[in-house]
Amino acid sequence: MRNTIQQLLNGIFIGSIYALFGLGYTLVFGLLDVLNLAHSEVFMLGAVVTYSLVALHHVPFLLAVPLGIVAGGLLGLVIEFVALRPLRRRGAPPIAALISTIGLALILVALIEQAKRGSALAWLWRDGANDVQFPAGKVPDRIWHLAGLTLPVDKLAIVVITVALMAVLAYVMAKTPAGRAVRAVAENPRAAQLLGVNVDRVITITLVVSSALAALAGILFALALNDISPYIGRDQVELRGLAVIVLGGMGSIPGTFIGGFTLGLLESVTILTLGTDVRAVGFVALFVMLILRPSGLLGRQTSERV
Amino acid sequence: MAFLTQLLFHPFTWYHAHQLLAGQIGVDGLLALSIWLTLYSGQLTLANAGFMAIGAYSSVILTGGTTSTGPAAAGVHLPLAVAMLVGIALAALVAFVIGLPVLRLKGVFLAIATLGFGEALRYGLILNLGITGKGQGLNNPHATLTSGITPIWLALVVLAFLAWRLTGTKTGHAWAAIREDQLAAAAQGIDVARYKMVAFVLGAMVAALAGGLGAHLSFLIDSNDYTFTQAIAMLIWAVVGGIAFVIGPIVGAVLLTILPEVLRFTQDYRQVINGIILIAIVLFRPDGLFTRRKGTGNPSRLLRGWAFIRRSWASRRPQPAPP
Repeated sequence: MRNTIQQLLNGIFIGSIYALFGLGYTLVFGLLDVLNLAHSEVFMLGAVVTYSLVALHHVPFLLAVPLGIVAGGLLGLVIEFVALRPLRRRGAPPIAALISTIGLALILVALIEQAKRGSALAWLWRDGANDVQFPAGKVPDRIWHLAGLTLPVDKLAIVVITVALMAVLAYVMAKTPAGRAVRAVAENPRAAQLLGVNVDRVITITLVVSSALAALAGILFALALNDISPYIGRDQVELRGLAVIVLGGMGSIPGTFIGGFTLGLLESVTILTLGTDVRAVGFVALFVMLILRPSGLLGRQTSERV
Repeated sequence: MAFLTQLLFHPFTWYHAHQLLAGQIGVDGLLALSIWLTLYSGQLTLANAGFMAIGAYSSVILTGGTTSTGPAAAGVHLPLAVAMLVGIALAALVAFVIGLPVLRLKGVFLAIATLGFGEALRYGLILNLGITGKGQGLNNPHATLTSGITPIWLALVVLAFLAWRLTGTKTGHAWAAIREDQLAAAAQGIDVARYKMVAFVLGAMVAALAGGLGAHLSFLIDSNDYTFTQAIAMLIWAVVGGIAFVIGPIVGAVLLTILPEVLRFTQDYRQVINGIILIAIVLFRPDGLFTRRKGTGNPSRLLRGWAFIRRSWASRRPQPAPP
């Protein structure tokens, strides 16, 4: 019983990271109809930057986290100006933009995996393709014991941070002028432009915000699982992020939130009942959801206009 | 650079030094053709890595492949051609069954659902079943190695020719119509669901063929060869080459499979250059290398160049004297 509750709690911890990550996917997709496959590498780079600040440059953890998030935001600018805006200017189809984000993702992974001791990027990463861990004692690792359950404080913080961020974001999108501008561009960029919305600026800000969220998710993931490598984005969250946004409903913030927790809990339940590799469950769930209800749990049913 | 000069000036020496690469290029060409079939009909499906796995595992298991604990299927030793046919038939069957619900989806939802199928197949079945070696890979004692290269290229040439002829038939026109506007196509009386299914099943069969042929290029097959990354690679080849003509994805596959070898001299930063080239290609030719000119339906400059050469060649032939 205790084990069950512990596993379910773990599912909630990890699910909140999935939700945070999926949020960026869904925001950018909602706006541009482009799946930004460089998103998972922003996640990876957030973890890498924070790790190197803490382990190599001896920056206090609580300062390294905001710096990692800022690095993620800057990477969002790179995605917009290198992979997306030039193609938008040329009226390229969304599938071309998908390919250019893949190109950017290839570059980011390759740069980190080639960074070794003595190379030009040694200040950022010096372990090549290897996995590393935060040095003991430099990151918060306090643990509460409550009714026989192990509750690491950092993981509890993760859930609180995620819920708070989701609430703020949902409020901004629903009630503020900035959120209205984003929704206007998502609905019809041309009409939004004619009504005086600066479409390029809306897109740039959205990319910066979603990339900052991805970097935060990466940092929290690195903290929770204590595992950092050039491949954590590609192997751990890229496809799970897709499952999250499909489960919740593409473009819906509360939906992504629910999708993340659903996937985290589904994986926990699978470990409990089957005790096996949990990766298949996300894809099966995704597949079933798309067939039964393509718009996801909270998505809008849309029909094609003629 | 040595790679390129050798390829251009000493093709036979090159071929002997890079036989397996030549085989791989052919397999990638077939895979590009398989995804072209669905892209040409306007569907972004990413299930082909899964069908490739079905073809590969069937052809290895049925010809007497072994797991780490013994034969995968005791007492089964079919000839390669029969095993391949079984794999292709199985892929077609699976494609039909999952196509029934999935092909109703559009755009990126279809892409994600088919991706989900591929990964569920890999994580759920291939990594857990005893017959597929539980993720430890399968040994393939009956690999054809270099003698398998000719059949691969033969298959590619024949299938590319058939696909090209298919674009001029009723089916090809129906696919093009569905791609341009599904609702308009349906209004014209085109059975949209049926033609989409035909493209999907044909694509699955070609992918299974490529998987089976490719698996026999080596003594070991590994489920890591049939991942998300492989599915995305096919999509990249097709988009880089352009989907307006059959030749586009095949040229894309050939160029991008050779590219890492050409870039070998950049050593550690090979993947970085690879990524930069990818971004540059979609930036300068967002519709791919071989396209139709907007509005006219005529081939773009790259292909028109070829037509020009052909015309001028034809005009050099003696013309009949005017009466």
